[in-house]
Amino acid sequence: MTTNQLRYPDEELRHSPFHERMVALSARDSWSAWNGYKLANNFYDGEYEYFCIRNMCGTYDVSPMQKYEITGSDAERMLDRLVTRDITKLREDRVTYVVWCTDDGRVIDDGTIFKTGPQKYMLTCGSPCIAWFRKACFGYKDVDVKDVSDTIAGLAFQGPTSYSVLKAMGLDGVETLKPFGIMNFPFKETELMVSRTGFTGDLGYELWIDAEHALDLWDALYAAGEDYGIQPFGEEALNMARMEAGFIMPYMEFAEALKTVHFEHDQTPAELGLDWLVDFKKPRFNGRAALLKEKETGPKYTLCKLDIEGNKPAEGAEIYSDKDCANQIGYVTSAMWSPVVKASIALAMIETKHKDGDLWAEVYYYKELRPYKKVAKCTLQNKPFYAPPHAKKTPPDPF
Amino acid sequence: MQHFDTIIIGAGHNGLICASYLAKSGQKVLVLEASDRVGGLAASHEFHPGFKASIAQSINQFSSKIASDLNLASHGYTPGEAMATIGLSADGNNVSINGDTVTGVSDKDAASYKKYRKMMLKYSGVLKPFSLKTIPRIGNNSLAEMMLFGKMGLGLRMMGKEDMQEFMRMVTLPTRDLMDENFDSEVLKAALCWDGVAGSTNAPRSPNHSVLMMLYRMTGDHGGDHSLPSGGIESLVTALETAAESAGAEIRTSAAVKQITIDGDENGLKASGIELASGETFTADRVVSTADPKTTFFDLAGVDNLEIGFTNRVNRLNTNGYVAKLHLALSGLPEFNGLDQPDGRMIIAPEQDTIEFAWDDAKYGDAPENPVIEMVIPSLSDSSMAPDGQHVLSANVMYVPGNLNGGWTDEARQKLLDRVIDEIAKYAPSIRGQIVGSELLTPADIESNYGVTGGHWHHVEFSLHTMMMMRPTYEAAQYKTPISGLYLAGAGSHPGGGLMGGPGHNAAHEILK
Amino acid sequence: MKKYDAIVIGAGHNGLTNAAYLAKAGLDVVVLEKNEYIGGAAVSRSLTEGFTYSNCSYVCSMMRQSLHRDLNLTKYGLRIVPYVGQMYFGNGKCKWGYWNPDVEYNNARSRNPHDADAMARFFTDLNRYAQVIRKTLLRTPPNPASMKPRDIMEILYLAKEFWKLGEKEIYEYIRFFTMSAVEFLDDYFDDDLLKASLASAGIIGTAVGVHSPGSAYILLHHVMGDVDGNVGAWGLARGGMGAISNALAGAATDFGAEIRTNAPVAEMIVKGGKAAGVILENGDEVHAKIVVSNLDAKRTFTKIVNKEDLPEDIYNRAKNFKFRGSSGKVNIALSGLPKFTGAPDNKFLNRAGVMFGCSLKSMEKAFDAWKRGKWADELYIEAVIPSPWDPTVAPPGQHWMSTFIQYCPANLADGPWTPEKRDAFGETVISNIERYCPNFRDLIVHKEVRTPHEIENEVGLTEGNIFQGELTIDQLLFNRPFPGYAQYRMPIKNMYMCGSSTHPGGGVSSACGANAAREILKDLGKTNVVPEDDCNDD
Repeated sequence: MTTNQLRYPDEELRHSPFHERMVALSARDSWSAWNGYKLANNFYDGEYEYFCIRNMCGTYDVSPMQKYEITGSDAERMLDRLVTRDITKLREDRVTYVVWCTDDGRVIDDGTIFKTGPQKYMLTCGSPCIAWFRKACFGYKDVDVKDVSDTIAGLAFQGPTSYSVLKAMGLDGVETLKPFGIMNFPFKETELMVSRTGFTGDLGYELWIDAEHALDLWDALYAAGEDYGIQPFGEEALNMARMEAGFIMPYMEFAEALKTVHFEHDQTPAELGLDWLVDFKKPRFNGRAALLKEKETGPKYTLCKLDIEGNKPAEGAEIYSDKDCANQIGYVTSAMWSPVVKASIALAMIETKHKDGDLWAEVYYYKELRPYKKVAKCTLQNKPFYAPPHAKKTPPDPF
Repeated sequence: MQHFDTIIIGAGHNGLICASYLAKSGQKVLVLEASDRVGGLAASHEFHPGFKASIAQSINQFSSKIASDLNLASHGYTPGEAMATIGLSADGNNVSINGDTVTGVSDKDAASYKKYRKMMLKYSGVLKPFSLKTIPRIGNNSLAEMMLFGKMGLGLRMMGKEDMQEFMRMVTLPTRDLMDENFDSEVLKAALCWDGVAGSTNAPRSPNHSVLMMLYRMTGDHGGDHSLPSGGIESLVTALETAAESAGAEIRTSAAVKQITIDGDENGLKASGIELASGETFTADRVVSTADPKTTFFDLAGVDNLEIGFTNRVNRLNTNGYVAKLHLALSGLPEFNGLDQPDGRMIIAPEQDTIEFAWDDAKYGDAPENPVIEMVIPSLSDSSMAPDGQHVLSANVMYVPGNLNGGWTDEARQKLLDRVIDEIAKYAPSIRGQIVGSELLTPADIESNYGVTGGHWHHVEFSLHTMMMMRPTYEAAQYKTPISGLYLAGAGSHPGGGLMGGPGHNAAHEILK
Repeated sequence: MKKYDAIVIGAGHNGLTNAAYLAKAGLDVVVLEKNEYIGGAAVSRSLTEGFTYSNCSYVCSMMRQSLHRDLNLTKYGLRIVPYVGQMYFGNGKCKWGYWNPDVEYNNARSRNPHDADAMARFFTDLNRYAQVIRKTLLRTPPNPASMKPRDIMEILYLAKEFWKLGEKEIYEYIRFFTMSAVEFLDDYFDDDLLKASLASAGIIGTAVGVHSPGSAYILLHHVMGDVDGNVGAWGLARGGMGAISNALAGAATDFGAEIRTNAPVAEMIVKGGKAAGVILENGDEVHAKIVVSNLDAKRTFTKIVNKEDLPEDIYNRAKNFKFRGSSGKVNIALSGLPKFTGAPDNKFLNRAGVMFGCSLKSMEKAFDAWKRGKWADELYIEAVIPSPWDPTVAPPGQHWMSTFIQYCPANLADGPWTPEKRDAFGETVISNIERYCPNFRDLIVHKEVRTPHEIENEVGLTEGNIFQGELTIDQLLFNRPFPGYAQYRMPIKNMYMCGSSTHPGGGVSSACGANAAREILKDLGKTNVVPEDDCNDD
């Protein structure tokens, strides 16, 4: 007889190494999926968790992120050709934020590269990319790309009290860890890798450990963090924090170039405001010729940070160059009311030639199911909406 | 360190032609050849004491424009007379095809052939004007480029409505369908479809590419008829070599290139010279490679200097050759059933399905149970190839995989050799007693002896999607490559392989532009 | 004697679609069907008590939704339900795929992370290719050799659509059009079983192998359809494929068309160079101003139309039109749901397509056997068991299974098909399935084996070719059925074709019938009532 049960565990959403602890702390049992793993939307309330990040500290499970270990004597050359940044300058125990592009200079994905040894790197990114990496390895004699997503647990640990918690946990020396630095600490019979990285714009770390010790790490962290307001947060809170920090999110700000049906529906680094990641001093990297050509004419669109008058989040709004909304020049990719800056903020793709002119958003919102719209003036912001000085201080301030 | 305007890698016919044009224009040119003699696949070698042969065994489309531009006549090259293509029949009722005449078939087939030949020549005439031209990319075209496209379209339309319609239908037919629509005689059909499938991974039942291949081969001066110059293929190679040298080009043999020097700075990449296997280096304003695209890009340039998508496109090119070469040293002229003189191009393929089924064996990596064979006796037109009164039989054998299941062991070679000789002996029963020496070169041998990836005649399979502005792949189809200063001029470029010279000619013109 | 405005020969789905639109435009139409039932190859047949077989076509993916809506086929009972997954078997192994993308990603990743990732790019690319070609489905192909403004405008339209792809994608598209399914798939995947399962679409109904150039396009032909906007999805018609024909017949009849069964046409009447009607096999004449043939090109021009009424080259073209019958069909009534070795037992997969013999090598070998006029010991079998989700086709707890077989030669090397050979073929199919379902034989209540011979004799498809002619480039678009005659008008005045031998070719799409109707109405000076496609949404 057929059953309603899936009998094949491979097909169910997987449980992250931290799942057991997260379930225990989930008041709402609200989950979505990321790369085949269960991912918390929230644990109690997205906005509540956001305030925890901004005021105390919180953990976000990044285990579902794709993690690739890249090793071999050709690893550096392979990566250097893959991404737009100069990887030969990346020192051991340092992390760098990168994008990689198609030959046409369209962004395939963004991610971070950790240099963990002389010929050893870890690359993390939001979506699987192994097929492209395989093609990128062709022709190199000594490079191996291994998908370690399932065996390495990752926990983002973010917020102003995060440093104090790590200290309380006994991670001596972590005070010297600078932004984008890596330190390794013995933990139980294994090693805990701590990087000073994150996606919230605040002081924060990411903790990496083999999956078997994930729960031990969690327990140690939560024991140390109890007096510092530690709280798990989900995707909703993360999305708020990253928007305030001006970070881009795949499938919101950009569509992965290998997965767009139409060749103009993806983006270049410059369009995403990531031209600073493109190092033209480097003679070889994928997409160079196309990006150089784009540089001469300027990007067609530019991702802009907008401060929008009023208090209605401008999700899905279209951007015009005139108050009458006759000439559309762009669209909002993500938007929210920012509790920390007390403004309606948004990221928007705007035609480059119009971005320094008048900007008006047609904002759509609902009141008790009834739709309304209004036209709101937008002000271009050049800096992240929220970039507190303590985020970058080394050693960080204790609490 | 010595500096040249242009360094050309490979002294095959395309390399020599390219060198001649560039040297004639005043450039200082160096041609580097890995082997100890020039000519590439057209070079002759002694395969048995006193007996010589070359991989390329006949000429069917060498450009007369190039011959006259380079004044090859004064260097000893005289094009040969068209020879008959003879479909052998074991009972001696051979089918002989000569120009628009065919004998050994029914009157109906003979009449159909005249009509067919006229039609095919008309269609190949549409392609002909473009073989000695660079085919531009599509998009952002200059007026001249638009005119070229316009000319192409016009050529199609000038054929008239009926012919154009028919062209657009028949051009993608499998050769077998085209033959079946026109003829009854199986031997005739098999002999005619040979030029559609030889040197490719297509068999008579494969759609899309093989009629195109036939038309391509018919763009030659005698409508694609094969010929041998009076001094043999060697006379063409020598003429090309002399032409290049007398124009001032320097040719070095036994000079294998290890890598192309590619400099990188903020302006990007630029090919600036080469390094020989010996360690010696030369600089140049540009480097032209007549090696196949995989060798050029992966071995000589290195993927580091290429983009990932481009690398993948080169990597996925079909470069598997399926033609083995047989050379027989014969004590006398072989006698073929029903033939007065074996002075034609003789084809052993009793039916189209014999060819098809030979492919069916090879596509799984097996040697064919019943090989199909195309033979000439080149010593008839070039007596220097064999001692007096003795002869050489030079044959293409299909389909033979380079990657044989179990590998090309001595037993495997001997087995195939026996099979091929058995097959030939069905048509020339006394030949076995005349054999004094033999050489069988598999595609794997051709790869290792001549440096051609997969041992593929055309470097890159000739198909609808690897022709014109897509040959070998876009962004390298106008002889320039994504690396500044690096050019392609081999058979992997438009218009393609065969002893023709188009790529060498076109690349030179692109450089001189 | 009554004179109709139009006669449609053959009540297959395209004939019925054509008649429906002609009737909708106010024409007095009669459809003449040789069998006692309508539907042609889109039929539901009860051959054993309690079971309903879709005994020819069995899956629906190409049905144009704009026609479905326009003819209000839902009102006439048509429901298309998508497949929800697939299972595939080859080399003794089993793999499966799910409808839900999250579940499917995990499923695919647990087998091969590389291929799971590559799948996203694969479907993106396929979608892109499908988008362009789908736009041509409900349009009449232009004649590239014509100077008529209409043809030139249409060529410009197609060029523009093509151009939108961008330069590089144009080259990729050309490659895709001409290469083999294996070459295409090799650029994406590692796993042979997965590649074979995808390559199968490149050979279905066509006498090419997975390695033959051109099979990549045929693959697209099978996945360019959609169900509710999901490109590549396949669906079942509730109640069997006959539900489609019945719905079309319902619409046609309501518009006033007359449908006559048991009315086989013997020949076409041509008077003064114009089609004027037909003579039935019983000698009756039916007269009309125009005659539309829904039969395939060969049957139309070598059986119905007199040779002397035709230009010689058209007769030859019809004779040479490629059919190359290569498919068989076995319909099986089962006393219970078969359990397949290695396959998970859950209902998300029981409502799935099932493929046997998924190995690139065995598929190619099966093609080699076909070339030699034989069928192979290991065949590619595409099955589906509709009964778990369509309660109308089998008694509760019992099931019917459709199996479609590639390759089954129309012409055997050892002489004509006989009932014994047919049964031997059926036996090969059953024993192939048995390899993956040991007790399969015990479940069989009834089976119907159909080789190209049976399909030709009953349905009238030459050599049993399911597409009314091969889908190779020489027989596509402006070449279908013949160069110069791709716009549904035939060389005899007032005669048209509306079957799958015309653009866009085979598959239960109704597009050929609809396009032909549009052209006919244009010639008659009537207002067009045939919709354009509704997939122009890129």
